[in-house]
Amino acid sequence: MKRFAFIGALTAATFAAGFASAGTLDDVKAKGFLQCGVATGVVGFATADANGRWDGFDVSVCRAVAAAIFGDGDAVKFTPLSSKNRFTALSSGEVDMLARNTTWTFSRDVELKFNFVGVNYYDGQGFMVPKALGVTSAKDLDGATVCIQTGTTTELNLADFFRKNGISYEPVPIETNNEAIQQYIAGACDAYTTDASGLASARATFENPKDHIILPEIVSKEPLGPLVRHGDDQWMDVVRWTLNALIEAEEYGVTSANLAELAKGTDNPEINRLLGTEGNLGEMLGLSADWAQKAIAVGGNYAEIFERNIGENTPIGLSRGLNAQWTDGGLLYSPPFR
Amino acid sequence: MTALSDPPKEGFRLGMLIYDSRYRSMTIQVAALVGFIALAIWLVSNTAANLAALDKSLGFGFLMEPAGYDINQTLLEYSSRDTHLRASLLGLLNTLLVAAMGCITATIVGVIIGVLRLSHNWLVARLMTVYVELFRNVPVLLWIVLIMAVSIETLPQPRDFRGDNPAATMKVFDSVAVTNRGLYVPEPLFSRSLGNTHLLGESSLRFDVSNDLIVILIALFGGIYAAHRVRVRADRIQAQTGLRPTTWWQRLGLITGPTIVVLIALGFHLGYPALKGFNFSGGTYMRNSLLALWLALSLYTAAFIAEIVRSGINAISKGQSEAAAALGLRQRRIMSLVILPQAMRVIIPPLISQYLNLTKNSSLAIAVGYMDITGTLGGITLNQTGRELETIMMLMLVYLGISLSISFVMNWYNDRVKLKER
Repeated sequence: MKRFAFIGALTAATFAAGFASAGTLDDVKAKGFLQCGVATGVVGFATADANGRWDGFDVSVCRAVAAAIFGDGDAVKFTPLSSKNRFTALSSGEVDMLARNTTWTFSRDVELKFNFVGVNYYDGQGFMVPKALGVTSAKDLDGATVCIQTGTTTELNLADFFRKNGISYEPVPIETNNEAIQQYIAGACDAYTTDASGLASARATFENPKDHIILPEIVSKEPLGPLVRHGDDQWMDVVRWTLNALIEAEEYGVTSANLAELAKGTDNPEINRLLGTEGNLGEMLGLSADWAQKAIAVGGNYAEIFERNIGENTPIGLSRGLNAQWTDGGLLYSPPFR
Repeated sequence: MTALSDPPKEGFRLGMLIYDSRYRSMTIQVAALVGFIALAIWLVSNTAANLAALDKSLGFGFLMEPAGYDINQTLLEYSSRDTHLRASLLGLLNTLLVAAMGCITATIVGVIIGVLRLSHNWLVARLMTVYVELFRNVPVLLWIVLIMAVSIETLPQPRDFRGDNPAATMKVFDSVAVTNRGLYVPEPLFSRSLGNTHLLGESSLRFDVSNDLIVILIALFGGIYAAHRVRVRADRIQAQTGLRPTTWWQRLGLITGPTIVVLIALGFHLGYPALKGFNFSGGTYMRNSLLALWLALSLYTAAFIAEIVRSGINAISKGQSEAAAALGLRQRRIMSLVILPQAMRVIIPPLISQYLNLTKNSSLAIAVGYMDITGTLGGITLNQTGRELETIMMLMLVYLGISLSISFVMNWYNDRVKLKER
């Protein structure tokens, strides 16, 4: 079935790409909604609830972009994509942007012809094992059977890690996160490896999360971020600066609670420019003056989105770590709005 | 063509291209050809234009770059530093392995079920009908996933075999381990092995051939040939004298003798799987992905083959079996000597299609993570390099090549068994 979806996408690539790249922002405005590619189901990052409403950390980026364009965070349709068919879907024009915990790498940026607009989560690849296994380090995994999601940077990192450490393993390639978890729980593999955030997300869904540990080794750098196609700089700017607006909002203390008040005008010109009461940043992007206000209004600033979806008070329980603001010792750093 | 060279009695009018039956078929053919060529040109130019718009170019250079990923079931030696081409080759071998295993099993099961479906035993015949309807009316993908899921959820994990009072034990005199990761069976080992012959140097297509295997095969086929000679001789004596010498022990000895001698000379023994670390080691490891795919494809295709066999047998007139019975042949011999050889002529052509179907269906392997060529070349390689068009075209060529080879072999066989009309 994957094959068919794929060949369909390929055909779409040959027929649709020509006019889809004319001007994505205009196309999106014309059709009235944003088509956003997300994961098939990673708790906290992208899941659909019982009513089919998508929510999560990555989904919030899509909603923010939709709100920046249309003023409505629901003017977005989601396409769940496996790690295998996500790139084809984006380059063929099936989706306008991808917010699907995708690692920013050289070859994806350069060879696959995509533009990563920034990083919304700094991650790294880790391993999860059942506590009962008695393993405390990834280097003890010699001869272990490891479940991996196929079509990701994960399987390349995994090969490199075991090769570097001179130990062997048995890879079990699996299409989706959910199938991988099912096999892991049934004991068909000893360890499950993916980005540490994904492991935490998976563990949160287990019956007994405490029976599983995430090993201390982080074997790779995985900067995850939204991406768009090459060749449409205006559209790239829209997505990039929407993401930056969420990060900038946190830095300057703009939250969904005080947004309405701050939007009346403040003493801080940076906030005023961000919220569109000063300058014409929105116009430059081809959007309304209050685009960033609308984007922030949907789910709050970066910190609010983080805490609500994957923060320490959620079952996933991720701490900010590298994803704190640069002022707090993290890596989040939005270029200035001026 | 003579019609064209004849001088027309009346002048040629354009309308004759459509209304004159002499020209009409030619007109239609030319129009169809022009349309087809136009479509092909449009497809190619459109693809090229859109590739240019995406700033991509066609090229196969990526095949020579390191693949970077590991493959679990490798029939040849492979590491993640090998090229994409070699990864594809290993995927191809995995495809061929499961296709060959599937075709053989499906044929055996299919013939048995097909014959039993015609059984006079009411219960047996009905049971076989249930089998056929059950398997051929449910998509094969569901069977693959079902068998995989059942094996993962119900069979014991390797760590259940550990401890003084383990939850699971090995089967068949402690030689076979059945786990939810697959089956570990004893492997043949040679203590005085002749080693391997390494072919094609360091290229991506390099492979090793086991010298032991070659020697054993020579001994086996030599024995089979000698046994064949003995049988021919017995036939001759029977034709001349009417008495057939007892040769079964000679033939048995000729077939098994040389092979056994070679095996002893090579120091043949079995390596048993043993729990070591996270998994069993030693022995031959048949992953549950392979088993699930193999079983599902065989059982599914067997249902179709059973119907083909049944139709083939039914196509032989009742007079044939009655005549054979009148000659005093027993039921089983009637089937194997009279009915089946004739039924083969009806059976083989549709059987070819079933083999092709099975081979193509093996591309569903990705559902259970079996690394066939769709999983390596059309999966990970495609994804890591982003060369959709190239990899999919290569995949199509590969499947086309496999299918044409299968039909070539089967057509040759069909020519041999079909009714000789002189």
